[in-house]
Amino acid sequence: MGLFKAAFDKLKQGLDRTRSTFVGEIRSILSGKPLSKELLSQLEARMIQSDFGVKTSRELIKDIEASWERDEIHTGDDAMDYLKELLNAYWPAENRTLNFAKTGPTIILVAGINGAGKTTSIAKIAKSLRDDNKQVMLAACDTFRAAAVQQLEIWSERIGVDVIKGQQGGDPASVAYDACEAAEARGIDVLLIDTAGRLHTQKHLMDQLAKIKRVIQKKFPDAPHEVILVLDATTGQNAVTQAAIFAQSIDVSGIFLAKLDGTARGGIVVAIREELGIPVKFIGVGETPDDVEPFEPNTFVEAMFAQ
Amino acid sequence: MFGNLTDKFNDVFRKISGRGKISEANIREAMDEVKTALLEADVHYEVVESFCESVQAKSLGSDVLDSLKPGQQLIKIVHDELVWLMGGKEEFAEDVSAVDGMPSLAAPTTGGIMFVDPGPTLVMMCGLQGAGKTTTCGKLAAVLKKQGKKVMLAAADLQRPAAVHQLEVLVGQVNEEIESGPEVLFYSELDKVAEYGKAVGAAVTVCRHAASEAKKTQCDVLILDTAGRLHVNDDLMGELRQIEKAVGPHQIMLVVDAMTGQDAVNSAKAFNEQLELDGVILTKFDSDTRGGAALSVRQVTGKPIKYLGVGEHLDALETFHPERITSRILGMGDVVSLVEKAQEQVSVEEAQALQEKMAAGKMTMDDFLSQLRTMRKMGSMKSLLGMLPGIGNQISKMDLDEREIDRTEAIIHSMTRDERKDVDLLDNSRRRRISRGSGTEPTDVAQLVKGFGMVSQMGKQMSGMGMLSKMRAMSNMGQMDMSSLAGGHPPQLGSEGRPSTRSGFKKKFKQRKRRK
Repeated sequence: MGLFKAAFDKLKQGLDRTRSTFVGEIRSILSGKPLSKELLSQLEARMIQSDFGVKTSRELIKDIEASWERDEIHTGDDAMDYLKELLNAYWPAENRTLNFAKTGPTIILVAGINGAGKTTSIAKIAKSLRDDNKQVMLAACDTFRAAAVQQLEIWSERIGVDVIKGQQGGDPASVAYDACEAAEARGIDVLLIDTAGRLHTQKHLMDQLAKIKRVIQKKFPDAPHEVILVLDATTGQNAVTQAAIFAQSIDVSGIFLAKLDGTARGGIVVAIREELGIPVKFIGVGETPDDVEPFEPNTFVEAMFAQ
Repeated sequence: MFGNLTDKFNDVFRKISGRGKISEANIREAMDEVKTALLEADVHYEVVESFCESVQAKSLGSDVLDSLKPGQQLIKIVHDELVWLMGGKEEFAEDVSAVDGMPSLAAPTTGGIMFVDPGPTLVMMCGLQGAGKTTTCGKLAAVLKKQGKKVMLAAADLQRPAAVHQLEVLVGQVNEEIESGPEVLFYSELDKVAEYGKAVGAAVTVCRHAASEAKKTQCDVLILDTAGRLHVNDDLMGELRQIEKAVGPHQIMLVVDAMTGQDAVNSAKAFNEQLELDGVILTKFDSDTRGGAALSVRQVTGKPIKYLGVGEHLDALETFHPERITSRILGMGDVVSLVEKAQEQVSVEEAQALQEKMAAGKMTMDDFLSQLRTMRKMGSMKSLLGMLPGIGNQISKMDLDEREIDRTEAIIHSMTRDERKDVDLLDNSRRRRISRGSGTEPTDVAQLVKGFGMVSQMGKQMSGMGMLSKMRAMSNMGQMDMSSLAGGHPPQLGSEGRPSTRSGFKKKFKQRKRRK
């Protein structure tokens, strides 16, 4: 599709911290040493501290241990290569590109908990789509939080796209519907719908989200063509719960993992893959609208282990 | 909150309590499970290690093994260690004799803001992006306004689009919603707003100006809302240090998302190294966070957790009490916080008047309605029920729809004045009318009336009790009443042999009476 150019260097830069702590320490744990139980338990501790999750970490360690017992690997360096291989094997071939509507506007619904980074992530997606010569429009359906509409408006001005907005305190679903109509009338290619942050534990808010989706479908039965869940990469194992509950209510089709530049970890990517099987489609690695990358597992693992 | 962690702890304890005698191996096994549970709850790896070591050492060294109830002993050790982990015991005298009156709640707590005299007390908020700084600023201002302090909020977040405007809107909301106390002031310099990384340093000027403005207007407290920043961004961390140097805040608060993973510790450490933090505010605590950040941050920074953000609304800020939170984690409830919340909303006279009415069996639907509203002001049903002992860990399985209460309100509103005074008037035809008027089914109306009957009955019986025993009686009453009050659909609860029948309640009531 050529929407994004996978810029290995940039990803590496964004993951710099991930790399230097995660791999740096893994290297110093494993490098130049023969494998031992002690070494493996140190590795496990390090992986848990990288948000891989207890279950995933223990499974990976068990795999390494099994291979060691089979006499296939002998040194810490072997184990590191083997770990890389295991991590790569987590991702099957899956479609990580955006799904576009065959006719009419493509509707992308964006949701997430408070402070995950929805608005910034939308700005990033919008900018790259616009750079790809698509007509983009935003819908500001966060009618709850103070100044959320203005926040999206400022972004729309900065990247030069239209925005449809609702009244503070208004019904978000009706804003979404208006935006759908406007998108059709103006011949827009992609409509990005920003919703209010909501904790997945608030059932009535999750129902509201489901309603927004239903209302969109009244206008375009095959929409939304993408449902993107924005997750904060610094979130711990709770990210998995969040994704599972959001998926239940609005059938999430892809994940935007925001703030990956801030975390020393990134292991959560593996945990999400392992537990949910929802593809991570984008990663956010900085504050400017250009700081977005498509998620490429191999590149990601390479970057984590690069020299 | 804590749903999973509480479940896991209960599992472990149940296993071990079942034994008459436990061996060293039993304890080791239990601690292994506790370790896994804590790690899954995102508690920092090193904190978990030291916690488990300490609990294990204490249980093996003490007389746990020989005691008659080894399970109970172990729970106590875990409880004490958790309390210590989150900031230690408060000087909170749990005076048993005061239980039946209002408990003495004026005891000092670890939470809150220290004030300097003369003011203004400068409070600086900092944290990562999306932690909830701006919202927390609003909530804090609301708390202080209620206390009668004159507060100024200054918008020093010049980076995030519309952050200044957001704070301004929040100030408006605080002033609108909270009547008592002086008006909250707002300070901003819109011309200094710029894109990310382009206004580094400008915030220092804004803060300095805000400080002198707060002094001029004789504010008691000035809260500085700074931009979210990564702890690894040297420029922006430098900006915070400059602000600290320029205005010398009396309190620096780190705002932390309660759901943060293992990295919570790193960012908290980094902020603490760069600035002299005074306390931590944990946000989004109403999620199903397993509490990792709550359990780790204090240990790593040595700084107390001051407040918890527990909802989207302005009044959703709680003072943090290590012991109470520990009780909630271990599924023991938190009655003290519940009573406090009730006291905030209901004056003693109001409560007394209602109590007399109830005792005489004269409670009307109008009283019931105002009770419902008061309860709603105290927080969500879920959060309230979660504070009751024994119910906490079952809440997560409950599907409580807050709108059920809306429906209940609608039903009562559709009643005539006479009907509200005397529900016995309701016949089929009236019920049908009410259900049409409120958009519900006649059975919903019937159910509400039934629930109301139970409450007024309960009122009569409880009229002799104090607040705390009422709470206890309520929790023993079981959950069916709560749901029928909320207009039907009894939630499915996995009540495990707890006395949830009326007879259980009566028995307890008698026991209490005897004790008196």
